Amino acid sequence: MEVGKSAIRVDAADKVSGGAKYTDDLIPRPHLVAKLLHADIANGVVRAIHTQEAARLPGVVKIVTCFDVPDIQYPTPGHPWSTETAHQDVSDRKLLETRVRYYGDDIAAVVAEDEVSAQRALKAIRVEYEEYEPLLTTQAATAEGARPIHDERPNNVLASMDLRTPMPESDFKTVEDVLACPAYHQFEGHYQTQMVQHCHIEPAVSYAYMEGGKIVVVSSTQIPHIVRRVCGQALGIPWGDIRVIKPYIGGGFGNKQEVLYEPLNAFLTRAVGGRCVKLELTREEVFQNTRSRHAISFDVKAAVDGDGNLMARWVKAVSNQGSYASHGHAIVANAVTGFRQLYLDQLGCHAEACTVYTNLPAPGAMRGYGIPQGDFAGECMMEDIARKFGLDPYEFRLRNIMPLGYVDPFNGITCHSTGLRECMEKGAEFIHWKELREKYQNQTGPVRRGVGMAVFSYKTGVWPISLETASARMVLNQDGSVQLQLGATEIGQGGDTVFSQMAAESIGFPLERVHIVSFQDTDTAPFDTGAYASRQTYVTGMAIKQTGEIFREKLLRYASEMLERPTAELDVRNGEIVDAATGEQVLRMYDLAQESFYSFRRTEHIAAESTHQCKDNTFAFGACFAEVEVDIPLGKVKVLRVVNVHDSGKLINPKLAEAQVHGGMSMGLGYALSEEMKFDAKGRLLNGNLLDYKLPTAMDQPDLTALFVETDDPTGPFGNKALGEPPAIPVAPAVRNAVLHATGVAVNDLPLSPQKLVEKFTQAGLIHNGR
Amino acid sequence: MYDITSVYQAKSVDDAIAALTADPQAVVIAGGTDVLIKIREGKLAGCRLVSIHGLTQELAGVTLAENGDVEIGPLTTFRGCTESPVIQKTVPVLGEAADTAGGPQLRAAGTLGGNLCNGITSADTASTQLAFGAILRVRGPQGVREVPISEWYQGVGKVALAHDELLVKIVIPQSHYRGWSGHYIKYAMRNAMDIATLGVSCLVKLTADKRGVEDLRLAFGVAGPVPMRCLETEQAMVGLPVEEAAEKIGPSALGEVQPRDSWRASRAFRLQLVEELSKRAFVEAVRKGGGAL
Repeated sequence: MEVGKSAIRVDAADKVSGGAKYTDDLIPRPHLVAKLLHADIANGVVRAIHTQEAARLPGVVKIVTCFDVPDIQYPTPGHPWSTETAHQDVSDRKLLETRVRYYGDDIAAVVAEDEVSAQRALKAIRVEYEEYEPLLTTQAATAEGARPIHDERPNNVLASMDLRTPMPESDFKTVEDVLACPAYHQFEGHYQTQMVQHCHIEPAVSYAYMEGGKIVVVSSTQIPHIVRRVCGQALGIPWGDIRVIKPYIGGGFGNKQEVLYEPLNAFLTRAVGGRCVKLELTREEVFQNTRSRHAISFDVKAAVDGDGNLMARWVKAVSNQGSYASHGHAIVANAVTGFRQLYLDQLGCHAEACTVYTNLPAPGAMRGYGIPQGDFAGECMMEDIARKFGLDPYEFRLRNIMPLGYVDPFNGITCHSTGLRECMEKGAEFIHWKELREKYQNQTGPVRRGVGMAVFSYKTGVWPISLETASARMVLNQDGSVQLQLGATEIGQGGDTVFSQMAAESIGFPLERVHIVSFQDTDTAPFDTGAYASRQTYVTGMAIKQTGEIFREKLLRYASEMLERPTAELDVRNGEIVDAATGEQVLRMYDLAQESFYSFRRTEHIAAESTHQCKDNTFAFGACFAEVEVDIPLGKVKVLRVVNVHDSGKLINPKLAEAQVHGGMSMGLGYALSEEMKFDAKGRLLNGNLLDYKLPTAMDQPDLTALFVETDDPTGPFGNKALGEPPAIPVAPAVRNAVLHATGVAVNDLPLSPQKLVEKFTQAGLIHNGR
Repeated sequence: MYDITSVYQAKSVDDAIAALTADPQAVVIAGGTDVLIKIREGKLAGCRLVSIHGLTQELAGVTLAENGDVEIGPLTTFRGCTESPVIQKTVPVLGEAADTAGGPQLRAAGTLGGNLCNGITSADTASTQLAFGAILRVRGPQGVREVPISEWYQGVGKVALAHDELLVKIVIPQSHYRGWSGHYIKYAMRNAMDIATLGVSCLVKLTADKRGVEDLRLAFGVAGPVPMRCLETEQAMVGLPVEEAAEKIGPSALGEVQPRDSWRASRAFRLQLVEELSKRAFVEAVRKGGGAL
């Protein structure tokens, strides 16, 4: 069994030794360097750009302004394309913009012999603007008379939705009727999340050149096949004229599930006759000019009966989309959907969501895709309801969680397996929930402790909201090993390792006989939409399993020819052909491979390739428990212990799964306590660097514990479900709920930063001072 | 890639002073942890540098003078300060303060002299040196002069150092540290790689029975535009039993500090930190001095 083993990462040695090649390691030298000119207003129009002086500076090769690019608007999110116009992504961006929509918008690019020459040229460019008032909040953007940020959306609302679950037969016709019923406990709340960024180590970087009339783009991306499509769309050229290569990448977390600057890079190489142009963002540009996680505002209401059953809930979520649609409404739609799915309302749930354009940098996909926000609102709400009505927060959750067999009334996603209850039990046991909830009641003094929890559910992939398809190719080598080629991408999560394990498992090979091709080249890699939505072990896994079985059959057919025995009597085990009945080796794979390549009798280059279109989905689950110590006068929260317990179905590689959970928990802690993008009144990002943006360091991490409940999901290729994104989801509400337990102070907006806590503690009378 | 027009590697302190005299626009670079950032940000883009990085013979290292004064070469790195046996024996609080700056890489490159010459209020070693009343020895074309650190800071980012002068020695006289214990608290949003929201350095000289305050120094970073001492509070604490001083020091300091509102932290928040951390730094300083609290 290769699946289920904690195999060492297939890329471990290369990555640890520094041998692994990332985009910047591969750039041919010499090459040209591109730098971007960013607008220094947040809302307005570029009237003129004066480049004459800059163009004369030494080393400057080409200056392209927003007046020089094709008049083509294109979409940027890493979604599968849709053949139906209505389901296609919003196309609202050009390569460079005359209509400035956020502070830092791209209005020109300089291509120069080196970075310093490019920088000096940027300084010498003069821009004339017509400036409008920045609309930074959803309220400002939707106020009467607000100027449209995109002409296609005159009211600045990108999209909105209203979802009411079908109501069972009862006296109540609507959720609102239930919420107004005096027989139930009534709850209302407001929760708000902040804008944060992925902070992948490797910035957005690409280089592009032309070869044989085609444009080649090498990029740090999660989605090479989608990048090819969008480059074609943005430049208005056939998609086959673009070739995208994806080397190892230093993290993405969803920011590289977006087509960032690859189209502009492709345009710039063409503008300089196909010479190689590098386009690498600074960290400051990564903050300002790439995506982030949406700030979402939630208003919620709930009705609960005397036994603690959730009767009905209402949620209204408003998402600040910033200046461009990117993944757009899909994220807040996912937020309210996840909010609804986690618990079953006895009578009904009503969810409203809308997405509003503003003059902020555009958020997009980030680990969890709306669920970290929705889960924060939902799990704060559950805690607050329990507290208000004297329910035990653990029992209250347990009573209402999604049952096995649940079918979402809108998209049909079904709960095929659930270990959520067991996750809660395991987490509670680890943290000593009952004992500490009791012990930490009624504390006094400046330093107090508390424990908090949160749970979540998360779907696996995007079906049926969007397409799910993946291909795999396996090619026999002359030595009896197999080459595995995929369009699915390794982005640091360990994808290549688990893909190799799954291939080995399905063929009957030992892991060391599987050679995965890590880099994707869209000219040769099979099609796959890439790394996002925690989909690859599930969807790509299905393609690998299916292709492995075909490959195995081909091996057996060839063996059958060689041995003159029926295939049914043969099997592939541990990489060799064996007698199926006795398990005895009857043919070495090496000999089979040699024969298949070099036989005078009949050669066959044994290979298999197949596509799997996944038309199912399943829920992963988990729970987080945190124990904190709050230093009230200093507003500091120290996380003493924190545990995530996950039901992601069967684990393909337990050690990698644990590492994935550690990373997600660390991200969740930053989301809970310190991370936040801050803007001034002009819409300028104040803390777009790693000093002022408070990403936790190694010194800020408590011990992280990852535990698992392994259900066997009937739809997963190997019983597995989503794990990529989920670990980041429940940590923030668990920490917030622990602080509430410790201090009695409910903080309803993220992050729980020291200044905010000092303000809240002062309001609550926990800090007394003479000022 | 940094936009630097030229780098002159000075061969000696005199040579560096001559190079600065010859080029009124030249910028001194030592550890580079401030200057390179400013070049990258564009503020010093295209600058000409005079590097004193190599002058470790003349300018690095901590020694104990015959008269017991601690003499710190300004090219001493944060790490060099922390690891110095002289510092550990005489003014350990300064080594502890130096160990809170940035992360290991910064502490291996950044210098104590740079931490004073950049004139910034959040400099992690500044408040402690201020509390110790360090004497700053400066050399220029006209020779050597000594500036008490109390006269060093002239405004945000401005210090009493002419363009053609170099800081060549930081002296902590024996009378300023013998019998004193101290504690520095850096309050920041992270436990590493961060800039102080507030820095507090408290030095205390206890009475013989260790129960009272014989003398006290209280200095802050980020409580005003430059590192500052709370002279009135220092005076007011003299003669108090340590328990009483612990209660009074925070409220008293509030009357002297002038933190500002900024997007990084509000004035009200910083005031809360001043009050709370003055007390905590004092209590630790007393404990280190053998007192009980």
